[in-house]
Amino acid sequence: MTVLGGLCLWLAFLVGVWGALAGFVGGWQGRRDLQHSARHAVLAMCAALFVAVAALEWALFQHDFNVEYVAAYTSRNLPIFYTWSALYAGQKGSLLFWATVLSLFGSLAMLLTARRHRALLPYVAGVVCTVATFFVSVMLFGQANPFHRLAYTPLDGNGLNPQLQNPGMVFHPPMLYLGYISITIPFAFAMAALLSKRLDADWLVAIRKWTLLSWLFLSIGICLGMWWAYVELGWGGYWVWDPVENASLLPWLTMTAFLHSVMIQEKRGMLKKWNLALIIGSWLLSIFGTFITRSGVISSVHSFTQSNVGYFFLFFLIAAATASFAVYASRLPLLEAEARLESMVSREASFLFNNLLFVGIAFSVLWGTLFPILSELVQGTKVTVGPPFFNQVNIPLGLALLGLTGIGPLIAWRRASISNLQRQFAAPVTVGVFTALVLLVGGMRDGYALMAIALGGFVVGTVVQEFARGARARHRQYGEGHVVALGRLLARNRRRYGGYIVHTGIVILFIAFAGMAFKTETEATLRPGESAILKSPYGWTYTFTHLGVSQYDALNRQVTAATLEIARNGKRLGVLTTEKRQHVDGFGRPTFQPSTEVGIRSDLREDLYVVLAGLVNGTEQAVFRFTINPLVWWVWYGGMIVALGGLIVMWPGGGSPALKQTQAGYAVRLVGEGQA
Amino acid sequence: MNAGTKFAIGAVLIVGSVGYLMASGVKQTGQYFLTPSELSQKIAVDPSFYNVGMKVGARVVPGSVARDVAAQTLRFQVTDGSARYAVVYRGLPPDTFNDSVEVVVEGRLHKDGIIYATNVLAKCGSRYEAVPKA
Repeated sequence: MTVLGGLCLWLAFLVGVWGALAGFVGGWQGRRDLQHSARHAVLAMCAALFVAVAALEWALFQHDFNVEYVAAYTSRNLPIFYTWSALYAGQKGSLLFWATVLSLFGSLAMLLTARRHRALLPYVAGVVCTVATFFVSVMLFGQANPFHRLAYTPLDGNGLNPQLQNPGMVFHPPMLYLGYISITIPFAFAMAALLSKRLDADWLVAIRKWTLLSWLFLSIGICLGMWWAYVELGWGGYWVWDPVENASLLPWLTMTAFLHSVMIQEKRGMLKKWNLALIIGSWLLSIFGTFITRSGVISSVHSFTQSNVGYFFLFFLIAAATASFAVYASRLPLLEAEARLESMVSREASFLFNNLLFVGIAFSVLWGTLFPILSELVQGTKVTVGPPFFNQVNIPLGLALLGLTGIGPLIAWRRASISNLQRQFAAPVTVGVFTALVLLVGGMRDGYALMAIALGGFVVGTVVQEFARGARARHRQYGEGHVVALGRLLARNRRRYGGYIVHTGIVILFIAFAGMAFKTETEATLRPGESAILKSPYGWTYTFTHLGVSQYDALNRQVTAATLEIARNGKRLGVLTTEKRQHVDGFGRPTFQPSTEVGIRSDLREDLYVVLAGLVNGTEQAVFRFTINPLVWWVWYGGMIVALGGLIVMWPGGGSPALKQTQAGYAVRLVGEGQA
Repeated sequence: MNAGTKFAIGAVLIVGSVGYLMASGVKQTGQYFLTPSELSQKIAVDPSFYNVGMKVGARVVPGSVARDVAAQTLRFQVTDGSARYAVVYRGLPPDTFNDSVEVVVEGRLHKDGIIYATNVLAKCGSRYEAVPKA
């Protein structure tokens, strides 16, 4: 099977090279046969890579330890669930996964793109083939072939790093990858539009939908990553501004900026250059992220193998940046704006500021991530900046952005009047001010947290007002019941109201992040029967009583588990278990460092987070770290609501031009369709 | 004043505050990232570098690790092959810490020549060839 897999890689490589050539030449010379061939090349590449993935999975499930990759990441006693996910546990498999998913997305673009965008497809095929071929060639020529065989056959494999043996890890990397990889499709459409000079409003629709898709995957991937870090790594938080985390955040920020500014282009024909630059930039950032995480140029706690693969990516990054911006520059005259900014107090202006803030945040994150390298280049010594830097810079910017989240939807396009402002802002501002007052009276004194929650109140006020007004209008106009009106309002105008749902999710995330300002922590060494006391930010007193330690063997690990009884203000809440796990191979020999299984008790207000640090000289006396993390659950809820809103925006049908027309002028027909 | 000019002023304000926040952030929170040899050179040239927050990236000296679990104190030495420093860390070391890993020690060098660490991060070499954590 590995022979077949290797052959498929070569096949994908050759087909990819052909597809790239045929796509660009065919598009340029307008040759139908070549264009056709390029589109088919994407499909063929996808098929070949799928066979390669199947071959690698076959080897993994067969425990063919003669294959280096299989021996490096799996073992006989690894649960099946994780044997499957070993496909993307290592660098080589990740490359294969990446190329495969890219060719799959490319194929979907070939098959699903509406007829009227067909002229773009040869170039799209060319770009997809070029990028996918690059990934395949890294495997073939960068000593990263996942099918590489060893000179001998080990009896058992190394097994998977225990920190990766977590359900979150099965879903988080593919989601993140899907987000990362699918950015290539909007990028390909942008390049196609530039190359074919079809820079009318049409290409924008194709790009926007694909950008939404990758934005959605990336959002979900980032949230799952936070969840994994929180439950698995045991340091008591979900985000530390690590380079790897930043790498995933950067394209998310620029894509979010794009999803806003694209509306200005659709409505007013402005910002064309800016929008294309954002798309090209987002894609380059995704490649850049791969480069810094794979090359080891920046030291991260999550150090990946340092290999020459990094140089391939650096080369590709520079080449791709040069090529895409050269094309971009040559087409600038075709991208003149059709309108001008009319007033500072307009939707356009608020979106422009929103974009500046998004890009500003992205730039500061990029700067902070690269600072060790930059400072070494400039002054010869490495200076690093850590979480304090990112928080200090990004909290104020993030709060400004949160404020704009509320302001933007309330201001009219073109030019807002005073009466418009009064009508729109009265209720939401009242909600915001009231929230702030309640918190102040309640005793909250943390300035940033106070602002985050008060601004959150303001934004939620705007969202509720928008929904209420829309539903009331339907109620009056069509006599629908309030609930039906609300549902139809959302269904008929998914983009707008789905967007508001995303905003609500973002507010919840901000409030949850603000909660972390009130985190409390203590460490204690306890004998059985002894207890530790920790005061929660809500004023409760928690008592953790150490009940004892048990040790037992599980499938692929030896477990040391400590059990604690928890009481709040003297009232018993239940027991919590936290574990230290020593993973072993099939012969009972220890593999990897011991890993921690955090004991977490969550409710809507706060999480109790207990880590067993170790036992004192093998006795039952144990060292614990107790943390109280307020509002953590709201991070996961907020993430889910963002994803839900994104899905609503993307759901096909709601934004079709025909329906938009009916919405604009033919309300009667719209009601008729609703009943059909 | 037309809208374009007003917008430009707003944009300059935003770009300016981003720049200001970044510059002050680097100034207030930036830390030197040194190897043990670089640290000893720096301290020889500039004695005021004692008790300044910094990071040291080095390898743990095998056999030098002494854990006092009850007191939650970890003592070990780090080296880059030439210079060597003792480290005292009160707190819980990461799971991946052992006596042969590469570590990043965050803390201050005191006059007694010991680095008092506020944080210890351990790298786990090639075996942590993980998928991106975000």
